[in-house]
Amino acid sequence: MTEPFDEKAHVANMEKVMGLTIRDEWRSSVETNMAATAKAANALLAFPLADDEEAAPVFLP
Amino acid sequence: MTVLPENQNTWTVAQTANAVQSGDVSAETVATRALEAIAWLNPKVNAFTDVLVDRALSDAQAVDKALAGGASLPLAGVPFAAKNLYDIQGIATRAGSKINRENPAAAQDATIISKLTAAGAILVGATNMDEYAYGFTGENAHDGNSLNPHDTGRMTGGSSGGSGAAAASGMVPLALGSDTNGSIRVPAAFCGLFGLKPTYGRLSRHGAYLFCGSLDHAGPLARSTADLAQVFDILQGPDPDDPSQADKPALITAPELGKSIEGLKVRIAGGYFEQKMLPEARDAVSAVATALNADEIVDVPEAARARAAAYVITTAESSALHLDRIRKRPEDFDPDTRDRFISGAMVPAAWVQHAQRFRSWFRKQMLAIFETTDILIAPATPFHALPSGTKTVVLDGEELPARANIGLFTQPISFIGLPVVTVPIWLDGASLPIGVQIIAPPWREDLALRVAAYLEQKGVAAAPIAKLI
Repeated sequence: MTEPFDEKAHVANMEKVMGLTIRDEWRSSVETNMAATAKAANALLAFPLADDEEAAPVFLP
Repeated sequence: MTVLPENQNTWTVAQTANAVQSGDVSAETVATRALEAIAWLNPKVNAFTDVLVDRALSDAQAVDKALAGGASLPLAGVPFAAKNLYDIQGIATRAGSKINRENPAAAQDATIISKLTAAGAILVGATNMDEYAYGFTGENAHDGNSLNPHDTGRMTGGSSGGSGAAAASGMVPLALGSDTNGSIRVPAAFCGLFGLKPTYGRLSRHGAYLFCGSLDHAGPLARSTADLAQVFDILQGPDPDDPSQADKPALITAPELGKSIEGLKVRIAGGYFEQKMLPEARDAVSAVATALNADEIVDVPEAARARAAAYVITTAESSALHLDRIRKRPEDFDPDTRDRFISGAMVPAAWVQHAQRFRSWFRKQMLAIFETTDILIAPATPFHALPSGTKTVVLDGEELPARANIGLFTQPISFIGLPVVTVPIWLDGASLPIGVQIIAPPWREDLALRVAAYLEQKGVAAAPIAKLI
């Protein structure tokens, strides 16, 4: 992801993409939560995984 | 004649079932006393959102009739409570929310409730929880906060907070919870109970309103290890209605509890699990380690990333589940969960997929540790139950949000579905309990229960009921 992560821009964009409503009094908290998720994801994405490292969903056809 | 303590509030599952099965007391009398205890104690701790008076008395009468006819029921007359995300026939499954209570009443009980009632247990009510299970506090804007019976100014922990309060106050000897990132283990630690989070996929989740299916587990909280083992043994078994349940044979654990722990290799989780905690958490691990003669520390690699991955999966997956509701009715959510569900709906798919792939990587590292380790011990929470409304905590000199960090030590473990028994520890002079995680390899709940039973037998772990005045 781009650094530094711009949570305000991301929230404003995704609010439209996902059809969400964010009241003014909620926005700061939503942005704080988004920033926390981005921080967690950033740490994860910095960890290289081999291409054959598969996810393990439970699905039995 | 079964010897029972005078006060039913202190009865364990085993004591109650033995007394009812042997005819010393009727199931109806036990149920009536449990309902009286709820009427008296529940206003002090707000554990129950639904009290099932008619059902409890009717079921108890049916148990008495069955026993009179010669039936043998392993949980005869045992009152229990279930977190209100489990379906209970005849009432809407609210899962801590305002919105879901508008749903039609459940047509049948969740599988794990059915298993307990088939064994003679009596469901007396549904318990309070964080909205949609998204929280570690036991606080709920719609139903009010569940309060810690050991100090009603403090959190129960969550999300199975009402279940913790119900069992710790002695209203019931058994409560069902669910655990995605710590929601059985945290209230067990804060309320001073034994809590079992089984291996991921072990118990049926059919009839449970899921929070995050990738990580959700069902499990019990109780006041003794023997009770946990007996109930776990009854809850197991294949459920064709649960597509996520693993195809594993049942593991009967109760007979294992008396076995020696000699020869078991117990190690202390190091690195990440030795940081960011207050002295009580460190002291509790130390007490358990001493009792188990464990002095070797094993580093758990990348545990912080494991927690981060669990965090990303949880917020994205749960928000996808609630997307329609969070779009149309955001004002009807608890403010503490609403803003997280909104931001969770904005998480790029690549982040989630990387987290799921990291889960596979982390599992390999942990399985490698368990090649030479039978049990890992780690703190359950970084501190005692926090005062209600606590916003921040200082850990290792860093001021951090309190709520999210309650699950600091539970999240990396449930991330890969390892079985854990949380044991309640009362440090010398402490007025509050704290928990330690007894972590076993996948599918070896018997080992965790055996070690927990040893700690209980030695008096290191104990779950006395709270003295609510």
